[in-house]
Amino acid sequence: MRVALFVTCVNDTLFPGTGKAVVRLLERLGCTVDFPMEQTCCGQMHFNTGYRADALPLARRFVTAFGGHDAVVVPSGSCAAMVREWYPSLGVTPPGGVFELSEFLVDVLGVTDVGAYFPHTVTYHPTCHSLRSLKVGSRPLDLLSAVRGLTLVPLGGAEECCGFGGTFSLKNTAVSAAMCADKVRGVLDTGAEVLCAADNSCLMHIGGALSRQRTGVRVMHLAEILASTEEDPS
Amino acid sequence: MSGTFVGMPAFPEASSSAVSDAQLRHNLRKATHTIRAKRAAVVGEQPDWAALREAGAAVKDRTLRHLDVYLERLEAAVVAAGGQVHWAGDAEEANRIVVDLVKATGETEVVKVKSMATQEIDLNAALASAGIRAYETDLAELIVQLGDDWPSHILVPAIHRNRSEIREIFLKHMASWGRPAPADLKDDPRALAEAARLHLRERFLSARVGISGANFAVAETGTLVVLESEGNGRMCLTLPETLISVVGIEKLVPTWADLEVFMQLLPRSSTGERMNPYTSMWTGATEGQTFHLVLLDNGRTSVLSDEVGRQALRCIRCSACLNVCPVYERAGGHSYGSVYPGPIGAILTPQLRGLVGPLEESLPYASTLCGACYEVCPVAINIPEVLLDLRSKVVARGHRGERLAMGAARRVLDSPRWLSLAQRSAGRLRRWTPRRLPGPLSAWSDTRDVPVPPKQSFRDWWAER
Ligand code: SF4
Repeated sequence: MRVALFVTCVNDTLFPGTGKAVVRLLERLGCTVDFPMEQTCCGQMHFNTGYRADALPLARRFVTAFGGHDAVVVPSGSCAAMVREWYPSLGVTPPGGVFELSEFLVDVLGVTDVGAYFPHTVTYHPTCHSLRSLKVGSRPLDLLSAVRGLTLVPLGGAEECCGFGGTFSLKNTAVSAAMCADKVRGVLDTGAEVLCAADNSCLMHIGGALSRQRTGVRVMHLAEILASTEEDPS
Repeated sequence: MSGTFVGMPAFPEASSSAVSDAQLRHNLRKATHTIRAKRAAVVGEQPDWAALREAGAAVKDRTLRHLDVYLERLEAAVVAAGGQVHWAGDAEEANRIVVDLVKATGETEVVKVKSMATQEIDLNAALASAGIRAYETDLAELIVQLGDDWPSHILVPAIHRNRSEIREIFLKHMASWGRPAPADLKDDPRALAEAARLHLRERFLSARVGISGANFAVAETGTLVVLESEGNGRMCLTLPETLISVVGIEKLVPTWADLEVFMQLLPRSSTGERMNPYTSMWTGATEGQTFHLVLLDNGRTSVLSDEVGRQALRCIRCSACLNVCPVYERAGGHSYGSVYPGPIGAILTPQLRGLVGPLEESLPYASTLCGACYEVCPVAINIPEVLLDLRSKVVARGHRGERLAMGAARRVLDSPRWLSLAQRSAGRLRRWTPRRLPGPLSAWSDTRDVPVPPKQSFRDWWAER
């Protein structure tokens, strides 16, 4: 199956490892991955901060870059939600087959066991847009549960927002930090060595605090865990 | 809207002091999580909740679409049942009407049923300046009034107080408002409630004027409806000779059949009960009583004219959105600078007042857009959608620095070539990634480490592959 990757500007610029993991994973599952070079950013930051006029050309660019593809995979819940839920309010019709990574794996490819191996204790933060906009439900957990060697421990208060919220983290620093602190406490309570999510912006926020506090807990995108194998560990 | 909160700082400043208040954080966390769980349990047991919610939204939308018709129908029905109807365009007019009505009775004291509308217009202050003392009779409102405090929650105005603080307030201030609290008052809920009961009972028996709001107004019969938990409301509604009800024009429902939907939605969403303990309904003036209905606009018609924002008028003030909001839980109600805190306040206050100042402009940003509010709202108000729409209106009004930065970011992001140039320079300078970021970005690095840009961006890796 041919699939186009929308890597997202955050992953492209700051977390290329996630993009590489998606490519590795999808190719292992028999897909041919395209990466349209004219892609940049879905426009979420501008749109969410109120800059609709600036978000509009970015949305149009996305549609031009991905319009001709049957399936587009996005390793970010909030970017996928931006395209599917909010493009219409900009007057832009989103292309048909835009899937968040776990949706693509479970619904389109029909797999939950992707043949991954990751011998670590992991807890999962569902992230608000995956949870409430896309409603991906248990898909990521089903995928993680099928990973060999992986011990999945439930995160207390998992469904609570981590406090990132894009520019919210800069405009409302105190509340954002307070929410993050509670999320960090939840993560530490699990005793997990890895915090996993399907959105690197939330992970950048929680991970930034985990690292500042020298907790020793590392953060990993879902794609990186699913790409990991015995021969080629992440 | 009310002058109560005039001069409040914008949300970011107000909330940062609230965040540092350990007692407040503890009180709010405990209270919101308890009620959140109760709500989830009773909503979960209702198999047709999704359909009820849709019906609630549809009834409200239909009512709002033909509000003019239903308002006149309500007026006619109330008048036919012996009541008098007054129309108030804004807070000032509503206050003037109520003050004049009370003055005409010759009374200098009134008892009040918990009401958001009268809080919104700051009626108590208006009455006070006319020499009329208003006594709040809802337990939580009483705590707020005795403590010379502001409400911080729609349903539980004193949610920011715990029982030992309440005991303090009772001991210190009850005496100056009437029957004092017993000197040996304990801080257990029973004792506190008993002290309040004895204090209030005197009020009910002596009051000749009662003031209320209403949860609903049924247009077809002119019936007003108040839902409450304590029974204080019922005392205020039935004992006094004159009853004045101040009701927002969006509280209408066309028929009793429509009301049925909300009688299921409201208690489960607000107190987490299957049914509330006291529901009072009255139509016009009951025998021996004078009844006045003051219909309040105060910005509502302007909200109604906004295509996206008007859904906020569906709100039945259940406060479910407050109880699930992670921002409200940490910022507390006062940070929102209005009697409407939490997610609903963040969309209602800037609409009712207009984007008139820094506080109103900051409220649409007082959310991470996590969507928990929308998920629980019994009338399906898409709060994130309204927040986003309001943000675009705030942006259209200025903020030059941010506009420049956003414009620059867009130009880079709208060009694969510029984006890749920016990525390469960040990659080359990665060793010098600062631990502390400059300007507004320092907000990030104060509590979080800064991600170090990779040597190579994804697109460069792909191109090389
Ligand atoms: S916005 Fe919805 S959830 Fe919030 S108080 Fe109003 S009706 Fe309740």
